[in-house]
Amino acid sequence: MSTVLKKQDVPGGDVAVRVEGIGKRFPGVIANHDVTFDIRSGTIHAIVGENGAGKSTLMKILYGVQPPDSGTIELNGVPTKLKSPSDAIAAGVGMVFQHFQLADNLTVLENVVLGDERRHGIGNKARARIRELSAAYGFGLDPDELVQSLGVGKRQRVEILKVLYRGARIIILDEPTAVLVPQEVDALFANLRGLRDEGHTIVFISHKLDEVRSIADEITVIRRGTTVATVDPATVTSRQLAELMVGSELPSPSTEESTVTDRVTLSLENVSVADVSGREVLSGIDLTVHAGEVLGIAGVEGNGQTELVEAIIGMLKLSSGTITLYTTAPQDKSGNGAGGSADGPAREGARLAHDMTNLSTRRRRELGIGVIPEDRHRHGVLLDSPLWENRILGFQTRRPCGSGGWISRGGASRDSVRIIEEYDVRTPGIATTARALSGGNQQKFIVGREMSGDPSLLIAAHPTRGVDVGAQAAIWDHIRRARREGLAVVLISADLDELIGLSDTIKVLLRGRLVGTFDPQQVTSEQLGTAMTGAGGAE
Amino acid sequence: MSVPVIEADQSGPNTSASTRGTPLRWMLIVAGVFALVSLVRILTGADDLTSAGALRAAIQAAVPITLAGLGGLWSERAGVVNIGLEGMMIMGALGGAYFTVEHGVVAGILGSILFGALTGTVHAVTTVIFGVDQIVSGVAINIISAGLAAFLAQAWFTGLEGGGPTQSPSLPRPPAITIGPLNDALNELSAKGWFVISDLASLLAALTRNLSLLTILAFVLVGVSGWILWRTAFGLRLRSVGESPSAAESLGVNVYFYKFFAVVMSGIFAGLGGVYLVLVSGPGYQNGLTGGLGYIGLAAMIFGNWRPGGLLIGAGLFGYTTAIRLRGGTIELHALLLVIAVVLIILALWQIYRGSVRRGLITGGIGVVFGVWFATTESVPAEFTGMAPYLATLFVLAFAAQKLRMPAADGQVYRKGSAG
Amino acid sequence: MRVVQKLLLGLAAPVLALLIAGALASILLAATGADVGAFWETLLKWPEPRNRVNIINSAAILYLSGVAAAVGFRMNLFNIGVEGQYRIGAFVAAVVAGQAFLPGALNTVFAILMAMVAGALWAGIAAVLRVTRGVSEVIATIMLNSIAGLLVGYLIKKVGVRTGNSISTKEIPESSWVSGIPAVPDAGGAEIYGLALLAVVVGIAYYVVITYTRFGFDVRATGASESAAVASGVNVKKMIIISMLISGAIAGLIGMPVLFGQAHNYGSSFQVGIGFSGIAVALLGRNNPAGIAAGALIFAFLSEQGNRLNILVGISPEIVSVTQGIIVLAVVIAYTLVRRYRRRLEQAAVASQLAPPTAGTDGKDGGPGQDPGDGPGNGPDAGPGDGPDLAKSPREEPVK
Repeated sequence: MSTVLKKQDVPGGDVAVRVEGIGKRFPGVIANHDVTFDIRSGTIHAIVGENGAGKSTLMKILYGVQPPDSGTIELNGVPTKLKSPSDAIAAGVGMVFQHFQLADNLTVLENVVLGDERRHGIGNKARARIRELSAAYGFGLDPDELVQSLGVGKRQRVEILKVLYRGARIIILDEPTAVLVPQEVDALFANLRGLRDEGHTIVFISHKLDEVRSIADEITVIRRGTTVATVDPATVTSRQLAELMVGSELPSPSTEESTVTDRVTLSLENVSVADVSGREVLSGIDLTVHAGEVLGIAGVEGNGQTELVEAIIGMLKLSSGTITLYTTAPQDKSGNGAGGSADGPAREGARLAHDMTNLSTRRRRELGIGVIPEDRHRHGVLLDSPLWENRILGFQTRRPCGSGGWISRGGASRDSVRIIEEYDVRTPGIATTARALSGGNQQKFIVGREMSGDPSLLIAAHPTRGVDVGAQAAIWDHIRRARREGLAVVLISADLDELIGLSDTIKVLLRGRLVGTFDPQQVTSEQLGTAMTGAGGAE
Repeated sequence: MSVPVIEADQSGPNTSASTRGTPLRWMLIVAGVFALVSLVRILTGADDLTSAGALRAAIQAAVPITLAGLGGLWSERAGVVNIGLEGMMIMGALGGAYFTVEHGVVAGILGSILFGALTGTVHAVTTVIFGVDQIVSGVAINIISAGLAAFLAQAWFTGLEGGGPTQSPSLPRPPAITIGPLNDALNELSAKGWFVISDLASLLAALTRNLSLLTILAFVLVGVSGWILWRTAFGLRLRSVGESPSAAESLGVNVYFYKFFAVVMSGIFAGLGGVYLVLVSGPGYQNGLTGGLGYIGLAAMIFGNWRPGGLLIGAGLFGYTTAIRLRGGTIELHALLLVIAVVLIILALWQIYRGSVRRGLITGGIGVVFGVWFATTESVPAEFTGMAPYLATLFVLAFAAQKLRMPAADGQVYRKGSAG
Repeated sequence: MRVVQKLLLGLAAPVLALLIAGALASILLAATGADVGAFWETLLKWPEPRNRVNIINSAAILYLSGVAAAVGFRMNLFNIGVEGQYRIGAFVAAVVAGQAFLPGALNTVFAILMAMVAGALWAGIAAVLRVTRGVSEVIATIMLNSIAGLLVGYLIKKVGVRTGNSISTKEIPESSWVSGIPAVPDAGGAEIYGLALLAVVVGIAYYVVITYTRFGFDVRATGASESAAVASGVNVKKMIIISMLISGAIAGLIGMPVLFGQAHNYGSSFQVGIGFSGIAVALLGRNNPAGIAAGALIFAFLSEQGNRLNILVGISPEIVSVTQGIIVLAVVIAYTLVRRYRRRLEQAAVASQLAPPTAGTDGKDGGPGQDPGDGPGNGPDAGPGDGPDLAKSPREEPVK
């Protein structure tokens, strides 16, 4: 264990929230056990922990969404049983969820007064109160506007307004900055400090350590479902916090010597994509990835990363530009694109160019693109299907899973066994459904599957998001190995250290444009962060 | 391509304002169409288009559709799709008939409410408590209800005087209002055949003779539903569980309760639609008497964009075409083609004026087709008129989908504890 | 052990549903003063040979209808319009066969093909509306059902022949009839429809396609998770169109056994409602080829036995449709509960078989057993939502 950090005096008065010995288990997993901490009234108290450390479960317990199995909660010195959100609201607790809890088709007013109609009715009195609150905190919200037409930042303000409208004194924010652009983060922090100075108690959940250190008065660290320390942000370093979060073992992504070749594998030329309303979400993207190269894409979430992946694999139509994949001949029997000259068996350097711009997703995958999707539950697995069927997903047309319109159950099963062994997927067998596996094991299975069939290009979107430390290290290893074997990799991640550690080149995506190229050997997280916010650029 | 999208975009910020303007606009449109029908009546000599008899029949045909539609409105506003309306209506009709036979009209109406509520409860239990797919539950309820009503009809009505294994005896009717002298005067005025004035007189005449209290009740219920759903805290909560149940639950709203309540209410409204059929539309219960009216009610609600005023217009339209068809008005049905053609062409011009050239041309093209149909034929087969409600709904869904706004969580299963 | 448990869980739902439906029917009968004992005696009596033939015949028809619905259900596509597609298909085949453009058996084959085409096209309307305009196929097919009934009514008047009070399409020439199969002895001349074999063919084809072909896999993947299917390269729009067309084509076949084996024309007496029963049968059989067959046999058995209730014990045969409806409702509830139970069981089993269950070690990121609410994405800490940490690397230098 690293340095024991001494707790220092912090501003604020009595204990607003006292959590003692909270435990919560779900079938097969203990989400929380023996969670104990105090939050002083009138402070901003951060709760940090790895993904899956049990933060969100804890917050849902504090807000009465789920009951704890053991332990007690005291609010302002009074032991309180929270059976539902109503109990929490009545006790003066408000919560801003990570995934906004707003009804799009209802107005701001309706969203705010919902559930608390007795306070000021649902008419003009309520409208006046919302205007008043909105003005007081500089939210700029019109009570009669439909939530549907609001942007992300304003939606979050509606969420906070909901909490304030109810007169909550204890406000929990679950990962509030995950969806915000830097300016919005600043505005949010200003609001939070204002609320604290008025005497509100703020519970701030995050895993972004720099943010936490800049906003919090106290930090409680959660690891493996339990509280490990409460520390003072003024004296703790990010490094120390990180060690507290993961224990002493800190895996580090780092590449060995360069394996970049001069063989281009993927090239995007002037690629633009427009969303349904005609707004460009990707504009004029030019990029090239070589065999043996990991190209890292950095950027604040929502700046076009998802669209870039979907454009490359053909789920989004381009409004302009071309996408070309170069494979070692003969990768594809039907021989799409140039290079039809029958120069016999495959030789190093004999490259086929496939113009993929108008190909379907299936054709592109057949050409040799593997994808580790950003949202594995939505795009990576069939949760309620057995693993061997999940092996087929995305490989319906390719051996050993299928050929000529048929599916090979035997081939898929055998290859699933191989993946489970090679990629250390912890599962009782291939008949287990994907849902029953932990996130890390699901992800390892996906990585194994996407590496099958000898791909030329691997697209890895947030490959270690939401997986445990062990799986994270394994996945990094697999990406490194793929790179050694001459795969071209597009790595999209919000984890700058992951990007810096694995990439050969890093490009920054900002508002749908590539705004900078960096050498990971030289660049620091701070420099990348600056480029990602648009404050500066480098070339 | 981008044109409809831009419209959709504008609808965002403007919606609150345009919502307020809607009733007036709709009234103007209804008035315009009314005047058009009047003009067509004069031009084509299709006098029964706006005769008091036709309009009375239209109102009578529209009421059960309205009530079924209200049932759909309550349920879907709370996020539960209810294609079991048909079955709930059958059960309401049966319950209404049985209790009327046993204890009179008032008991009959209460009985239809009871039976509708019970059928609604089945749907609520399966979809809300157990989380079964709503379409599946609705289909099953329709199968059960049709069988159960026929089974109970045989058990209850066999051997009664005038009754039989498939039908109830003739039933007494609920009280109706007639304002004699005024009605006579209006009929006189209506007989003059003046433009708009006579048509208006016919409408009033239809409303002043033999107007059933149940009819009045139905229209009152439309207003009351709209008021409860959009003007009260209760309604806000009910709608919120149809829009975002997890948001509602995170604010302490008991999602299951509101969904359950809404679905039971849905059954009650459909049941009232059923009792209207046995007490007002026809002489009593008989097997298969709903004949798909529950589905037409659903169609009217969708046509009306999940709103009470809209569903009233839809039900009125569908009821009117049904009435004209049932009265066997060959000229009238034919004249309606002209009305449709003119309405569509005006709509097309409006769309083109607003910049939606492509959609305008499509609408206009369809309008021209109707015009040609009118010009080249002498009559319209009754079956085609029967299709009108379904076709109209399909067209609205296909060509005005951007303007439709169904509850966001409609049809989705929600499990307690999913907030956040 | 696990296989046995799985099998038992699978059978528990339908058995439970049958018991519940039986109990409710008994209560209903007792409440209306009917003789419950006599009811069960009549219903469960082993059927006479000619009744057995009838059961097989209607089961075959129900099976076709069930498979037609199941094809859509497999990819979460609710084709409520089997009824309409069936009627359109039967009508078209009757008209085509009645015209006898081709001789003998060729005429039959051609007419059957036309029935499939007509059914497919009718279903295709809903598919196109769904794919191009986003219209819910549930609403569209409900509307199309009603339109189909009216349209066929209108067309029969146009092209039909009037015999006495009824009107029907022109009779099919005798050379194009399909003779029955006298498979059941002592059935008093009752024969199994020759075209009942269509059910066997369709059943086998359905099983093979769903289980062993790429198309079948794509259908199931789309039904399991549309977004994952799209990411895996499935063209969902194309799949919707194709499976709706197939569903409609099979629906077009429903009327064929009766048309060529018994009725020889399409008239007002042609059976209605089979499309809805098919939906029920598909639900009962969980869209599984063998399950649908079992469901169709149960439904056909109940209906056939129910026909005798009125004559023998004076109970309205409608009690059978009530029972059938309750079976469906009970079985879908039971399936829903069993699925939830099974999920939990499996997650617990996986967790106990692997590393000691502690959050953090094995990750509690949308992993095992964190699905208390059972809705999509409502685990306490659904993995994908959580962003990665900025602080897992030793390269993070201390600030301040």
